[in-house]
Amino acid sequence: MEYANTIEPITLEQFMPQVIRFKMDNWRVAQLCAVRLPDGYELSYSFVKGYDMRTLRLTVATEESVPSITQVYPGAFLQENEAVELFGVKIESIQGDYHDKLYRIARPTPFKEKG
Amino acid sequence: MKKLAKSPWMLHYDASSCNGCDIEVLACTTPKYDIERFGIINTGDPFQADILLITGGVNAQCESVVKQLYEQMPNPKVVVAVGICACTGGVFKDCYNIKGGIDTVIPVDVYVPGCAARPQAIIDGVVKALEILEEKRKNYDKNADDGKGEN
Amino acid sequence: MAKRSIVPFGPQHPVLPEPVHLDLVLEDEVVVEAVPSIGFVHRGLEKLVETKDFKEYVYIAERVCGICSFGHGLGYCQTLEQIMNLEVPPRARYLRTIWMEMSRIHSHLLWLGLLADAMGFESLFMESWKLREKILDMFDATTGGRVIFSVNCIGGVLKDMDETMLKNIVDTCNEMEKELKPIADAFLREYTTESRLRGLGVLPADQAVLAGAVGPMLRASGVAYDARKLGYAAYGDLDLEPITSSDGDSYARCEVRIKEISQSFDLIRQAAAKIPAGPIAVPVKGFPKGEYFTRIEQPRGEAIYYVKANGTKFIERFRLRTPTTSNIPPMLNMLKDCQLADVPLLILTIDPCISCTER
Repeated sequence: MEYANTIEPITLEQFMPQVIRFKMDNWRVAQLCAVRLPDGYELSYSFVKGYDMRTLRLTVATEESVPSITQVYPGAFLQENEAVELFGVKIESIQGDYHDKLYRIARPTPFKEKG
Repeated sequence: MKKLAKSPWMLHYDASSCNGCDIEVLACTTPKYDIERFGIINTGDPFQADILLITGGVNAQCESVVKQLYEQMPNPKVVVAVGICACTGGVFKDCYNIKGGIDTVIPVDVYVPGCAARPQAIIDGVVKALEILEEKRKNYDKNADDGKGEN
Repeated sequence: MAKRSIVPFGPQHPVLPEPVHLDLVLEDEVVVEAVPSIGFVHRGLEKLVETKDFKEYVYIAERVCGICSFGHGLGYCQTLEQIMNLEVPPRARYLRTIWMEMSRIHSHLLWLGLLADAMGFESLFMESWKLREKILDMFDATTGGRVIFSVNCIGGVLKDMDETMLKNIVDTCNEMEKELKPIADAFLREYTTESRLRGLGVLPADQAVLAGAVGPMLRASGVAYDARKLGYAAYGDLDLEPITSSDGDSYARCEVRIKEISQSFDLIRQAAAKIPAGPIAVPVKGFPKGEYFTRIEQPRGEAIYYVKANGTKFIERFRLRTPTTSNIPPMLNMLKDCQLADVPLLILTIDPCISCTER
C-alpha cells in the first residue's frame, strides 16, 4: 500500500488559495513546521485526507510576513503561535494570538540562532 | 498530632518532567506497590499535604507554581525529588528552558535517581522522607513549645 | 443575561497528572469559552538535535514523553531510516510492532484508570492499573525498563526475544484479555458510568475533521483513519481494521479505546505467530542527508515526525507534531456549553499528554 507523501513548493501568492481549496475538499491540517534558514524560514504545512498527505512548502525571508491559516483552519492556532514564539516567524492576524505568551520561555525565539 | 509520620498525605506535581516518573508515582499508589500501606494518601490539595513528590527539571514557567505549592504546604513538610531530572536536570540539562533540578527552586530533602525512577526506589525515598518528617516535627514541636512559632 | 466569571483551572489539579492551565469563562455554571495556557512542561527538546549526535538523540526522543516513549523512539528512527535508505530486517519490524502494541495496551489501560478516577470510581481505577502492571512486567522482562526502555536504534532494535519469551507474552495477553472483560463491562455496561459518559462532549465527524482531531478521538466520531494502515513496521502484514464508533461522545471514545486494547492483543498474537527469524538490526554507515515526514499511530493518535538532515552528525531540524497538539482545538470546541463539573472529565476524554505536546 503506497500513499501520497509529497512536499510541494508554493509561492506566497498561491498559498492561501491552495489552503482554501484544501478546506473545500475536506482535507484536515495535520502539521505545521518551521525551519530556520540562514536568511529566512522554510514553512511546511501538511494536509491529510484519507491516508494521503501533502505538504506545502513556503520559503520566506526573515522579515517577510505570512498570512495566518487560522481564518480557514482555526485548529492551527497552537502550531502557528509556536512558530512565532520559538522561531520569530512573522505570521499575520492569528485567531487566538498569544503574543509570545504561549510557552513563556525565559529566552526569546530560541530557534532563531543556531547552536 | 504526635504521630504525623503514621499517616502523612502526599502531593504530587509534575514540574516539566517527561511523565515517566509521574506514572510511576501514580503506580506506587495502586495495588501492586501500594504506598497506602504506610498510611499515605495521595491528595490534590497542597494545604493538606505533608510530603511533596516532585518530578522534572523545572522550567521558567512552572518555577513560580512550584514555589507557590511549597509555600502553601503547612509546616513541617518534606520534599522528595523523583527521577534524575528532578535531581540534576538529567538528559534535559542542556535544554534552553530547563533550570536543572528541583533544588534550584525549593529545598529538597530526599533525592530518588532513576530514569524513570522505579516504584521500589520511590517508596524507598518516601520512607526515608518519613523519618526526616518525624525529625522535623520534633524540632517544630520543640520550637512551638518555646514560643518561637514557625520552624 | 447572567454575569460572566472566569475560573482558573490547573495547572495543579487533582484529576490531572500533568500540568495544563485553562481559563474557563463561565456564565453561571456553563462554560462559554475555554482559553488554554500551556508551557508548564516546555523543555525545548527539538533544539537539542543541534548539539547531540543523531544516534544519541534516539534517547532524547524517547524521553519526550514517558507514556508514549516507545512510539517516539520508533517515529524518530523510522524517519532517519527513510532518509538513509536503511532496510530494517523483518524480525526487527515485528519486534517493534509487538512493543508498540504493548505500549498501546499500557497507555489505554492507564487512561481507563484515570477516567475512572475522574468519575470518582476509585476501585475501577485500581483494577485498571492492576491489570496494567502485567504489561509493565512484560516490558521489564523483555527490555529491562518499565516505562522508558530505550530498545529502538536507527536500523533496528537493540534486544531480541526468544521463543519462550514470545510464548510468555502471548500467554499473558490471553490471560489479560479474560481479566479485561469485567473492567470493560464496568465501563460500558454499568449504568452509573454509562449515564456519566453518554451524550457528554459530542463531536460530530465534520467538526472533528475540521478541527484536526486524530486517533481514538477521530475514530469515535466515525472517521476510519488509523495511521497503522500505512503499513509501517509489520502492520502491513497483519490483519487490522480501524475501530470506529458513530456517537462521537465520551462513551464512544471510551468504547473505542477499550476495543483497541482487544485489537492490540490480537495484533500481538498475529505478530508472535508470524515473526520471522533473522538479524535484528543493520549497521548504520555515514551521516543522513535529506528530509522526510513520517506518520505513525501513537496510542493517542497520529503523530508526525520530521527530520531535516544536512550530511553531518548533527541534524538540522527535528519536528514532532504530537496527537495532543491536534486534539486540543477539538477539545476546546467540546468544552463550549458544557457544565463546569464536566470539564475535568471532558479534558480527560481526549487523553491529553502534555509533555508530548510541549516537548
